[in-house]
Amino acid sequence: MSTVSTVVEQTDALRERALPSLSHLQALEAESIHILREAVAEFAKPVMLYSIGKDSSVMLRLAQKAFYPGPIPFPLLHVDTSYKFPEMIAFRDGYAKEIGAELLVHRNEEAIASGANPHTLGTQNCCGLLKTRSLLDGLAEGGYDAAFGGARRDEEKSRAKERVYSFRDGAGQWDPKNQRPELWNIYNSRLRKGESIRVFPLSNWTELDIWLYIHMEKIPIVPLYFAKERLVVERGGSLIVHYDHLPLLPGETPKPVMCRMRSLGCLPCTGAIRSEADTLPKIIEEMLAFRRSERENRVIDHDEEGSMEVKKREGYF
Amino acid sequence: MTIAELQATNEQDAPEKFEDFLNQHMDRGLLRFSTAGSVDDGKSTLIGRLLHDTKGIYDDQLAALKNSRLNRSSGPIDFSLLTDGLKAEREQGITIDVAYRYFATPKRKFIIADTPGHEQYTRNMATGASTADLAIVLIDAIAFERKGGLLPQSRRHTFLAALLGIPHVVAAVNKMDLAGYDETRFRVIEAEYQAFARELGLNNVVVIPISALAGDNIVERGAEMPWYTGPTLLEQLEGAELEPEDVQGRALRFPIQLVLRPNMEFRGYAGQVASGVVRQGDRVVALPSGRETTVKRIVTWDGDLTVARNGQSVTLELADEIDLSRGEMLVAPKARPHMARHFAASVVWMHEEPLKLGASYVVKHSTRSVRARVAAIRHRVDIHTMEKVPATTLAMNDIAVVEFEAAKPLFFDAYAENRATGNFILIDPITNATVGAAMLTEALEEETAGRTRVLPVLVHAKGKPELAATVAKALRARGQAVVNLDDEHIGDAGFAAALRATQLAGAIGVTTREGLPVGELEAFLEGEQVLTAADEERLARQLGLTEAELDWAI
Repeated sequence: MSTVSTVVEQTDALRERALPSLSHLQALEAESIHILREAVAEFAKPVMLYSIGKDSSVMLRLAQKAFYPGPIPFPLLHVDTSYKFPEMIAFRDGYAKEIGAELLVHRNEEAIASGANPHTLGTQNCCGLLKTRSLLDGLAEGGYDAAFGGARRDEEKSRAKERVYSFRDGAGQWDPKNQRPELWNIYNSRLRKGESIRVFPLSNWTELDIWLYIHMEKIPIVPLYFAKERLVVERGGSLIVHYDHLPLLPGETPKPVMCRMRSLGCLPCTGAIRSEADTLPKIIEEMLAFRRSERENRVIDHDEEGSMEVKKREGYF
Repeated sequence: MTIAELQATNEQDAPEKFEDFLNQHMDRGLLRFSTAGSVDDGKSTLIGRLLHDTKGIYDDQLAALKNSRLNRSSGPIDFSLLTDGLKAEREQGITIDVAYRYFATPKRKFIIADTPGHEQYTRNMATGASTADLAIVLIDAIAFERKGGLLPQSRRHTFLAALLGIPHVVAAVNKMDLAGYDETRFRVIEAEYQAFARELGLNNVVVIPISALAGDNIVERGAEMPWYTGPTLLEQLEGAELEPEDVQGRALRFPIQLVLRPNMEFRGYAGQVASGVVRQGDRVVALPSGRETTVKRIVTWDGDLTVARNGQSVTLELADEIDLSRGEMLVAPKARPHMARHFAASVVWMHEEPLKLGASYVVKHSTRSVRARVAAIRHRVDIHTMEKVPATTLAMNDIAVVEFEAAKPLFFDAYAENRATGNFILIDPITNATVGAAMLTEALEEETAGRTRVLPVLVHAKGKPELAATVAKALRARGQAVVNLDDEHIGDAGFAAALRATQLAGAIGVTTREGLPVGELEAFLEGEQVLTAADEERLARQLGLTEAELDWAI
C-alpha cells in the first residue's frame, strides 16, 4: 500500500542517490576509452595511425586518458606522402615530443623519388602509392596486429557500416561481406597469423562532437584549421593554398584570401574554404551554418561514385 | 527549438547566446535506437526523413543524391539512398548490414542502428538491438490490411526487441497517407499490436501513426491527423527516459580491463563501470578470489573522483594488494553476481556453420574469455509462431535456449536484470568467427568465491632452469602436481598436446624452453593463464611463493 508520504520519501531517496546521467560527450569519451583499453589488453602489438588532423588529436587525448597515469603504451605512426602542409609536420613533431609519445614516420620513398604526384598519376593512383601502399608497408614492417584509426562512421556512406574492430585479411584488405558481427561492447580480437584489425575508437563521434570536445578539452590542433589570410590559387573550383616551392599552372596567380582548412590532407588535393572563423566557437558556429559535409573539399572522395568504398577494399581507411 | 531557429537567435544576439548554445550541446544526453523493417515498409525513407527534417543532411550530400544514377523513387529525392551504404547494396536495392547514422537536436544526440528486415538477417537485427535504448518497429498499414494482421517480420522485430531487452519500443504505423489518414483503420492496427506486445511482456509500447513520405508525425505533426494527440516520433525519441529502470540502484559491477602499473608506487585497475555506482571508500569484493578490500582512489586524467557511475571509464586503486587481473571483477559485497561454470542462455546463432550439441566455443563475457561446451539445447524458438521446438543443432538466425559448461566460472547477472553483465558472444576457436550472441538466463550450479584457487596451466620460466626448479619444488611442497615439459621428445608439435594432458591431469606444466607454439596453444588455452618469468610479482602472488624463494631463483 503506498500513501502519498511514502511515495515522496522514496522519490527523495532516489534523488539523493541519483547522479546526473552522462552527457553525450562523456558517454562517447567513456566508450572510446573502453575500446582503446580493450585493444591494448588483447593485441600483441598495437599502433596508432596518426594523421595530425583534428580527429587524430582527439584520439590521442583519449589515449592519454585511457592509460593515465601510465604513458601511451603504443607508438604513433604517421604515413607521410611528402605532400603534407609544412604546418602539419611542424605540429606533429612538436606535439609528439611535448606529450612524450613515440612517433614513427613511414614514407614510400621509392614512389616519392620517382616523382609520384596527383597531377600526372591522377588522385586515385597517387593515393594508392603514397597512402595505401605506404600504410600497408608501414604496418607490415612493424608487425602490428592492430592499428587505431580516427575514422568516424558519419564521414562517408561506406563508413556507416564499418565495425569498431574492422577485420583485414593477410593482405590488409577489407571485405565488407566478411566482417564480424559486433554486439554490446564486446569485441572479437582473435586473429590468425598475418591478419590484423583496424580499431576505430571514434566510430560514434560526429564532426560536431569532435569540435565540441576539442573546445571543451582545449586540445591543441594544427593552426591551419583557424581562418587567416593565406595565399591561394583557385584550381578546379577549390582554393589551394600556395607555398613558394610549389609550381603554378599557366594563368594562375596566388592571391590573399581569408580562409581555413576544414579537413587536412595533402596540399595539392585539399582545398581551403573562405572563412572568418579564427576561434573554436566561431568554427563551431560556422560548422552549424555550413550545411555542407566536410569531405566535400577532398578531391579524392569524388573521383567516382562509391570511391571511398573502393579505396577501403584496397586497404585505405 | 530547431537548430535553424537557434542559429537565427544566435545571429541576433551573439556571443553570449552562442556560448549558451555550446553549453546546451555539451550537456545533452545520448540515445541509441534501432530501426527494423524492410525496404517495402519505408524504413529507409523514414530514416532519411528524420535526418532531413532535423537538418541532419548536408546540402552537398543532397546535391549528390539528386544527380545519382540509381534513383529508385519517383520524387526528386530518394531518401533511402542516404542510408543504403555499400555499392553492392545500392545496385541490389537492399540493405544487407547494420548501418549507423547520427543526428542531433538541441535536446539529444541520436545514434541510429539501421538494420535490415529480411528474414535471413536476424543476426543484423540482434546486433543493432544489442546497444539500443529504444526500438522503432515499422508497420506498413497497407500491408497489414492486405494480410488482415501483423506481418511475420513485424512480429519478429518485436520479439527480438523483447529478447534483446530494449527498454522502449515504438511502433510506427507507416503509409497513413495511403490509408486515408483514417483513425479507425489506425486503431485496429494499434489494438492488435498492443495485444501482441503484451504477450511478449512489453508493457510500455507507444504506437504512432506516420507517413514517412509526407513527413506526418515524424518531426512535424502535419495537418492530416488531428485526431492523433500522442507524441510525434521525434518527441518520443527526445522524451524517452534514458534510464527507465532504476539503473543506478543496481549493484556495482566493475570488470577489470587491464592493470595499469606505470611505476612501483602505483597499481590501478582500469575498466568501465558496467553497472551501479562506486565511491571512494566503498568496500568491494574481487571475484573469483572473494577477497574484500576498499576503494582507495578513483583515478582519471582529469583528476580523482569521489564517485563514478555506470558507463564511466575510470581506474580504481585499492587499499590492499589483492590478486586481480583482466577478466576478473570487482563487485558490491552485499549484492554479488552469479558465479558459475554451468549456465543457461538464450542464443541467437549468427553463422552458416551450425551450432552443434557437444561442440566447444570461446565464450567472451565482459572482459573474460573462457572455453565452454554446449551441454544441452533445451529448445529452439520458432520465431513465427513463438513455439518451443526440440533441436540438436542451430542454423543461422535460429534462436534457442542453450546450456553451457565452461572451463572456468563467469561472473554474471541474468540479462533480464542487468543487460551489461548478462550478455556474451560465442567465437569459433578454429576460424575465430563471431558465431553467436547470448543473453544469460540462469546459473545452473553456483561456485563459491575463493574456494576455487585460480592456478595457471603453465609457468614459462624461459631460459631460467633455477627458477623452474624452485617453482616446481615450492608447488610440490604445497601438494600441487607439477609436470616438467622440457623433455626434448616433446617437440614444438607435441607441446600443446602434452600441456593439454597435463591440464586434464590437474597438474601445472613448467618449462624453460625458448619459444612456445603460440598458435596451437591458443586453440585450447582460451582464458587459461600462462605465467611468464618476466612478471616476478605475479608469479609469486599466484603461486604463493615467498619473496625469498624468488630472490634465490631469479
